[in-house]
Amino acid sequence: MSGPLEHLPALAVVIPLMTAPVIVALRRPWAGWLLATLVSWASLAMSLLLLQQVLETGPFSYLMGGWAAPWGIEYRVDQLDAFVLVIVSAIASVVSVYARKSVEAEIEPDRQYLFYAMFVLCLCGLLGMAITGDAFNLFVFLEISSLSTYVLVGMGRDRRALTASLRYLILGTVGATFYVIGIGLAYMMTGTLNMADLAQRLPAMAHTSTVRAALAFLVVGIGLKMAAFPLHAWLPNAYTHAPSAAAALLAGTATKVSVYVFLRIVLGVFGATGLLTALPVTQVLMVLALAAMFICSAVAIWQPDLKRALAYSSVAQIGYILLGVALLSETGLAAGIVHLFNHAVMKSALFLALGAVALRVGSTRIDAMRGIGRKMPMTMAAVLVAGLSLIGVPLTVGFVSKWTLVEAALDDGMWPVAVLILASSLLAVAYVWRIVEAAWMAQPGPELAHVREAPTAMLLSIWVLAGASVWFGIDATRTLGVARLAAQTLLQGVAP
Amino acid sequence: MSPSTLMILALLLPLLAVGPIVLAGRYPNLREAVSLGTGGLLIAVVLGLLSHLADGIVPALELGQMLPGLALRLELEPLGMLFALVAAGLWPVTILYAIGYMRGHHEKNQTRFYAFFAVAISAAMGVALSGNMLTLFVFYEVLTICTFPLVTHAGTPEAKKAGRTYLGILIGTSILLQLLAIIATWSLAGTLDFAPGGILAGKVSGPLVGVLFALYVFGIGKAALMPFHRWLPAAMVAPTPVSALLHAVAVVKAGVFTVLKVTVYIFGIDLLAENAAADWLVWAAGFTIIAASVVALSKDNLKARLAYSTISQLSYVLLGAAILAPLSLMGAAIHIAAHALGKITLFFAAGAVMVASHKTEISQMAGIGRKMPWTMGAFAIGALSMIGLPPTAGFVSKWYVLSGALQSQQMVAVAVITLSTLLNAAYFLPILHSAFFGRAADDDHHHHGHGEAPLPSVLALCLTAAGTIALFVLPDQVLTLAGALLGGNP
Repeated sequence: MSGPLEHLPALAVVIPLMTAPVIVALRRPWAGWLLATLVSWASLAMSLLLLQQVLETGPFSYLMGGWAAPWGIEYRVDQLDAFVLVIVSAIASVVSVYARKSVEAEIEPDRQYLFYAMFVLCLCGLLGMAITGDAFNLFVFLEISSLSTYVLVGMGRDRRALTASLRYLILGTVGATFYVIGIGLAYMMTGTLNMADLAQRLPAMAHTSTVRAALAFLVVGIGLKMAAFPLHAWLPNAYTHAPSAAAALLAGTATKVSVYVFLRIVLGVFGATGLLTALPVTQVLMVLALAAMFICSAVAIWQPDLKRALAYSSVAQIGYILLGVALLSETGLAAGIVHLFNHAVMKSALFLALGAVALRVGSTRIDAMRGIGRKMPMTMAAVLVAGLSLIGVPLTVGFVSKWTLVEAALDDGMWPVAVLILASSLLAVAYVWRIVEAAWMAQPGPELAHVREAPTAMLLSIWVLAGASVWFGIDATRTLGVARLAAQTLLQGVAP
Repeated sequence: MSPSTLMILALLLPLLAVGPIVLAGRYPNLREAVSLGTGGLLIAVVLGLLSHLADGIVPALELGQMLPGLALRLELEPLGMLFALVAAGLWPVTILYAIGYMRGHHEKNQTRFYAFFAVAISAAMGVALSGNMLTLFVFYEVLTICTFPLVTHAGTPEAKKAGRTYLGILIGTSILLQLLAIIATWSLAGTLDFAPGGILAGKVSGPLVGVLFALYVFGIGKAALMPFHRWLPAAMVAPTPVSALLHAVAVVKAGVFTVLKVTVYIFGIDLLAENAAADWLVWAAGFTIIAASVVALSKDNLKARLAYSTISQLSYVLLGAAILAPLSLMGAAIHIAAHALGKITLFFAAGAVMVASHKTEISQMAGIGRKMPWTMGAFAIGALSMIGLPPTAGFVSKWYVLSGALQSQQMVAVAVITLSTLLNAAYFLPILHSAFFGRAADDDHHHHGHGEAPLPSVLALCLTAAGTIALFVLPDQVLTLAGALLGGNP
């Protein structure tokens, strides 16, 4: 690419970063919303261009300020980066359209501009993490996204949001600190922070306990950020009490980008050291992933608040992704990577729909939603579609993920794992069907008498995502194709 | 019209009817006219497909890639043709029946009822036309989900509980067992297309074949093989037209149809025979036939008795598949049509009695044959078909299954068929006896004046009863289709 498009990788990050102070300076809610929406859609356009570029020419690099790697900061874009960029910016674009009405209802007028400022900062951090090829630069973006997320969560409807935010702040900081310690140890041994460079130099020192400790710190640190079971304690409260738009954004993107970081660092940088198989990394990962799938799905069944149930379901779904990664095969990785997208689409749709319910009913508790299917038919129909996808019914994206994951397990001859994957998806039937029974198989009570359908803009966003979870479930060749390419590229650097 | 257009139409016509049905919700006559009209068109489309098939054309169509290398595909073969004919042919008849039943019963939410009914028929068409196992699985699951609102139509706590059983067993078995088997097949064979002779031959051998076959057969919960049969009696909480068309024809036949497809086109009978992989099914199906008949004997509620009779009769098809003889497989295929006609008649009659006299228990029905001669006459024909007596369709299918069993020296199967014939007679003949020769109880004076059910309902059940006899008198078309199952053009 030439001309202004040459700088796309940098622009994708710089534009949201520069917009945040502008929003703060303007202080008008509508201006904030407009800018955040424009920036999100611009990022989506840029991400799609980058994805197209990668698919055409293969992975490429961009040197920040023209400084050659490994001295300068290198932005490296391969299939996985571009795929994650598209996921993040697509979810942000849809959520931004939705946010206006939701933010108006949930946040005081004089603080609404802050929400949008944090929204674009968060977007900047998430995009930056996905695009950078420098381990320390990644930490910077990790902090940008984390700090803005703490603020977003803290803006929730009631004061419980503050404790949720504080808890996330503490655990998130522990995670980030572990990450820096790990990177620091690796830097100590190799003298470089460039990921490609690190990956080349680490194998020679794989036997040292410093490198092993670095790996341990990194796995735990990133594990905290991606809410890998049992390091997920911050997530349920944060998602439950965050403003609806923020919860949808985070559910779709934050943990996904952390999983991406896990793939990039643990497989990409440490893959060639042989430590992943020499140490029981994959075995531990597999056991924890299975535990997440069963325990957190079971917990989700008993939650009286649906946002909370969905939050636990998210931890369980991260388990599916990590299980695919733990298989360490092309199909397994592809299953994990494609589920990044699939889960983002369906879970954001659900959180957006629950946000609409919160707007109209004032609560997302299941007993407050009896008979709501008659009052908000379009919203609840979207919940049904996305819920079926969560179960993994054919013609939805959830089915594609499940199919690929089971196929990967069977290819490796792991029949018990395949059975467990399918069995755990039955738990999703229980928590999804609870919603169906409450919404449609009960008569609406008098407290729902004045409840109307959600505003059009919100419905539109909800249905774009619900529709996507069917569209990419009927034709998964594109998503799965990119995921497969990304998995191939990742596995090139992993020692058998 | 070209075969592919016809296949698309068969899928789309019932779906396209949903919009007009909902829009015409306020005008019941118009609404039911939409259903009836679409049903007529669908029959024409299916007959069009039949004529193509008879000309030796195999209609096939790729709908698009779903997963890399794995497409959603339609392809018509004789067995699917048979199932499509049965489901499409009985849909308008059931609508006709439902007009009398739903109005006579003052059911609520009738628009929703007809709309989901149309969706269910579209899904059944999809099952019939599927060209590979993935496509079949997709429509199989759609059929489960779109019939859920029909099963729970009443909205009572009882219906809700039945709905959970229905969904729990059907979704549970399909995801846990069937999907596992499908993905394992894909992983082993690298294809899921239905092919004569099977796709697994040479890819697997030994005990794994039996395990895989069991995963399929139990995973296809709609075939109601014990112990996964409980959903069927639970589904009886639905309005009778649903029990009649879906839980005697479309849904349950989709189950046994899928088992036959898997037996013939995924495994191939040679592979199953070499590895003795279907032997267990002779016992499992035999057990289900006998046990379900015994349970049916103990049920006083007519619909419950019919439901257990269905479980028993479905296992005839499974037994026919498990014997692995060409003749018995042919019998199994014929039984899909034969049982459909007979059982829908029985359900229609049971519902007609319910509407006209508000009676649901067999013990209350003494003397009812004299008040409702047409209804109970049709019931008698259906019952004869269940027992397998001439001049009814049940005789034809039983004949073929039995011949196959004798030919391949499967004495267990022969014994099961003989014993179950006696049991069938034991639970159907007393109903007929008391209906025609019994004396009405004294407390009956409230409904003393009742006669036949509403005319559309009686018309419908007479039609299906006539069909049951017609299939005995003129079995040629069905025989050719069933005979073509194992090769050769119809």
